[in-house]
Amino acid sequence: MLKVENLNVHYGVIHALEDVSLTVNDGEIVTLIGANGAGKTTTLHTITGLKKATSGTVTFDGVDLLKEEASKIITHGVAHVPEGRHIFIDMTVRENLEMGAYMYGRKQKALIEERMEDVFQKFPRLKERQNQLAGTFSGGEQQMLAVGRALMANPKIILMDEPSMGLSPLLVQEVFDIIKEVNAQGITILLVEQNAKMALKVADRAYVLETGKIKLSGDAKELLRNDEVKKAYLGA
Amino acid sequence: MPKKIKKSYIVSFIAVVLGFLLLCLLFDTGLLGKKSAYFNGLLVVGMFYTIIVCSLNLLTGYMGEFSLGHAGFMSIGAYASAIVTTLIANQAELPGVVLYIIAILVGGIAAGIIGVLVGIPALRLSGDYLCIVTVAVAEIVRVVLSNFGIPAVTGTATFGKSFAGIQKVSDYHYVYITMVLCIVVMYCYIRSRYGRALISIREDRIAATASGINVTRTKVLTFTISAFFAGVAGAIYAHYITTLVPTYFNFSKSSEFLAIVILGGSGSLTGSIVAAPILSALPQLISYVVPSFASYRMLIYAVILVVVMIFKPTGLFGGKEFSLYGLLEKISGRKKDKKEG
Repeated sequence: MLKVENLNVHYGVIHALEDVSLTVNDGEIVTLIGANGAGKTTTLHTITGLKKATSGTVTFDGVDLLKEEASKIITHGVAHVPEGRHIFIDMTVRENLEMGAYMYGRKQKALIEERMEDVFQKFPRLKERQNQLAGTFSGGEQQMLAVGRALMANPKIILMDEPSMGLSPLLVQEVFDIIKEVNAQGITILLVEQNAKMALKVADRAYVLETGKIKLSGDAKELLRNDEVKKAYLGA
Repeated sequence: MPKKIKKSYIVSFIAVVLGFLLLCLLFDTGLLGKKSAYFNGLLVVGMFYTIIVCSLNLLTGYMGEFSLGHAGFMSIGAYASAIVTTLIANQAELPGVVLYIIAILVGGIAAGIIGVLVGIPALRLSGDYLCIVTVAVAEIVRVVLSNFGIPAVTGTATFGKSFAGIQKVSDYHYVYITMVLCIVVMYCYIRSRYGRALISIREDRIAATASGINVTRTKVLTFTISAFFAGVAGAIYAHYITTLVPTYFNFSKSSEFLAIVILGGSGSLTGSIVAAPILSALPQLISYVVPSFASYRMLIYAVILVVVMIFKPTGLFGGKEFSLYGLLEKISGRKKDKKEG
């Protein structure tokens, strides 16, 4: 269970997150929606140690993540799929996936192979193109690869930052199918999205972030019908 | 696939041995006659240039950061090794090989230590900021060397007045072997797990961190390795030229190294290996052939840089490694095609 309590984050004098609290229970898909600059990415970056918090706590299964170095977060089962399809474009698909298993070290080759097979089973397309340069992939395939790379570390939870960004509607659907599929296999997901409609449809619960504060929270299906949410984020 | 790599290694090894034998044939049998000493000099300079340019390529090509202070690390290696070997030579008579090995190790380690000390604070920065820090470090080293000295060792009050009488032990046989070893180590580093981590940081720092790579540690490690080899190159230089003056290791030297990296292709060790000897020898050869043109040799350099940047912005080899085996295969493949066709 991921638990964020009273998190405050500053960029210089700008108060980017104000007393943000949220919980993600095991097996859930929880989405964090909000407009540009609301602090969604900052929240994820703080959880994974890329940004330092001013105050507050972040615990995952009892481990205090704020005390951990960014590169150690993944060893606790927390994987991060950064915004904008951060893949290694000059590496092949296989090499990209191997990077996801970096924390296993060179001695656990068998384990890495096993993880690779697992990921290939989920995404057969990656197996077909394992020796292709990742930079030649389409947007949707790159997103698939980014998720595949996160899965290599056998995480308990995946934090996804705007997986639908810059994708055509058809590919967005594909990416959300991937998310559901991954979740169906027991991996918890914290999804940050601007595409509120899609996000609320797949999520169990949701939090609405507005200028650094949690404005609303609750069941995703209920929020989908909420007038305030409709007006602000769903364009209805 | 691995069989192909194995074959490629064997071909490279044979090429290295053949190169060594060719040099022996040219220089040891007196084939070059009177000019032998002159070309010998160009050769040694070309080889230590190759080492330092490859070391800089680790930073520029694989880490994606510019250093304009590699002459500084080179000077640390040069002075540290020269002080130690001079002290040893004052005490006891040692064979040249032993002195040479001591020199390159001392030079490399001294520069490596400074590399760690500079790298830990400096590598929090990146891009232009890091570049400026490296310039500053090289300048500090140069100014310190100009104003500091160990009279007991050097005979003069400060290093600035020139540090003469260094043992001339950088024989080209040893230097050749050193160069090959240095390149092999750097190549292995790039191909290793740490090298892969390094490239992933260059491509995407955030994704690399998310994959569990400690960015700062990997960068400091690379910076240190790069400084180590710059120090080795410095030690070779010191024990070849036998007289050191701090002004040799100035800013334009650093930028010259960087220019060679870019020309050869940043991210391509083979590019550096080809470009370094040619470009280090070029100014010398120009002034040798047309003595009146000597003062314009940097102009030629600049023109070459501009031309390459216009027609091949990624450098001669453009981030790709050249493989002898691949070339052989291509040639034999073409022959086969001809026969069949």
